[in-house]
Amino acid sequence: MNDYPRDAAAIVGVGHTEFSKNIGRPERTIALEAIKMALDDAGLTAKDVDGLVKFSLENTMEVEIVRNLGIPNLSFFGDVGYGGGAGCGAVGHAAMAIATGVAETVVVWRARNRGSGGRPWATRPTNKQPGEMQWFLPFGLSRPVDQIAMLTRRHMIEYGTTQEHLGHVATSVREHATRNPNAMMRKPMTMDDYLAARWVSEPLRLFDCCLESDGALAFVLTTPERAAALKQPAVLVRAASQGIGPDHLVMANYFTANPLDTPARYAAQELWRLAGMGPDEIDCAQFYDAFSPLIVISLEEYGFCKPGEGGPFAAEGNLKLGGALPSNTSGSSLSEAYVHGMNLILEGVRQLRGTSTSQVENCENVLVTSGNGVPTSSLVLRKP
Amino acid sequence: MSSQPLRPVPGPDDASEPFWEACARHVLLLQACGGCGTLRFPPRPMCPRCNSFEQAWVPASGRGRVWSWVIAHPPVLPAFADRAPYNVIVVELDEGVRMIGNLLETPNEEIAEGMPIEVAWEDVEDGVSLPQWRPTQ
Repeated sequence: MNDYPRDAAAIVGVGHTEFSKNIGRPERTIALEAIKMALDDAGLTAKDVDGLVKFSLENTMEVEIVRNLGIPNLSFFGDVGYGGGAGCGAVGHAAMAIATGVAETVVVWRARNRGSGGRPWATRPTNKQPGEMQWFLPFGLSRPVDQIAMLTRRHMIEYGTTQEHLGHVATSVREHATRNPNAMMRKPMTMDDYLAARWVSEPLRLFDCCLESDGALAFVLTTPERAAALKQPAVLVRAASQGIGPDHLVMANYFTANPLDTPARYAAQELWRLAGMGPDEIDCAQFYDAFSPLIVISLEEYGFCKPGEGGPFAAEGNLKLGGALPSNTSGSSLSEAYVHGMNLILEGVRQLRGTSTSQVENCENVLVTSGNGVPTSSLVLRKP
Repeated sequence: MSSQPLRPVPGPDDASEPFWEACARHVLLLQACGGCGTLRFPPRPMCPRCNSFEQAWVPASGRGRVWSWVIAHPPVLPAFADRAPYNVIVVELDEGVRMIGNLLETPNEEIAEGMPIEVAWEDVEDGVSLPQWRPTQ
């Protein structure tokens, strides 16, 4: 087997719209805005772009990007599936195309008006449920929050994880958001505030859930050689991984030998192997947090602590700036915005450029992860 | 015309049709590999252990224990709004497979991990019955 091409592509441009409940512009428009900003940030133009990678759920097709932006010749394009599991994998696919010479400059984007749009679980057709939905929707297990709450309850049963543990996760992330002008939720939150919030799906409360947001983000990647001559400090893709474990069946998957081993456990093992490093070399992490318990589970799956220790790890203040593993330093999905985890990648880049509003000192290596409940992906980003 | 919001019902496919057909008769069947005998749920065309397409349908005990549960609060799907907050459970059957259902005849606050439960049928429309659960009697 060939050696894995570590550090063979670099993120050289980032772009994003504002994050809000109702952005007032269509997804196609904000996708184009974010891509144009990312190219401007890099000092590149549409003429330089020969590759596009998008989420399978993305509503704006490549042809729309090509004909609006004026890309003269697109020679590489691809999709990565499974909603929130796709973000890091899309960047990974772009990096692979660059590493192999299939493309030189690739744009990855996600645009999603989920704040102003309909609620997928409320507007889903309510007659015959196909595929995996036949096993949970007829019983009213209808929202992602219900599906993750079921896993959370089991984590509480097996390990003694508490609501206060989740409260420490939510309040740590909010503390970071208070310093981030892009964040939608900047009001300080105490443990009392957290515990007083209404239930959504017991054992999860309102502040365990990500925000419903509109917004778009884009990233430009190219070769490290070309990156060295561009406007911004390059951020190298050290490694990217994807993962699906045995017998997995997306969100409401309680059918495997141990459902607490989510696809992230498999993505994590592969990530550390490909990156040639381990969790002890990571200076800060951006964990996918559609729901607060996913940070607890990720801490365990990515090897920052043993199974069952994720809650106490958060309660000891380790996720905060100055803690053992400053995490989700932008406020992320719980407090900045929920754009299918793409703002976690943005924050990873900011940490390595030294421009985070919760900057980690001497930050060299950053872990970014995508959704755990679904087939997933992850990234190690680093300074050259 | 009924003004009741439609309840989601299972959409059987080639692999799951025998399961739901038996449910309509209030019989709980599990799919087993016709080659190596391994039980599998949810049903699928191929055995992940031996890759056989052969299959058999075997009666389940209808007994199990609560493995996990949630209490869903509003806003929920319109078809479930009048019962919120309501429970959804994962049951671990004595055979070792897990299914999703609702625990009937039980106040939400009395649900506990490991509670012994048994199958109870809920007829939701003509020809459609769901395997549900109640405390073992």
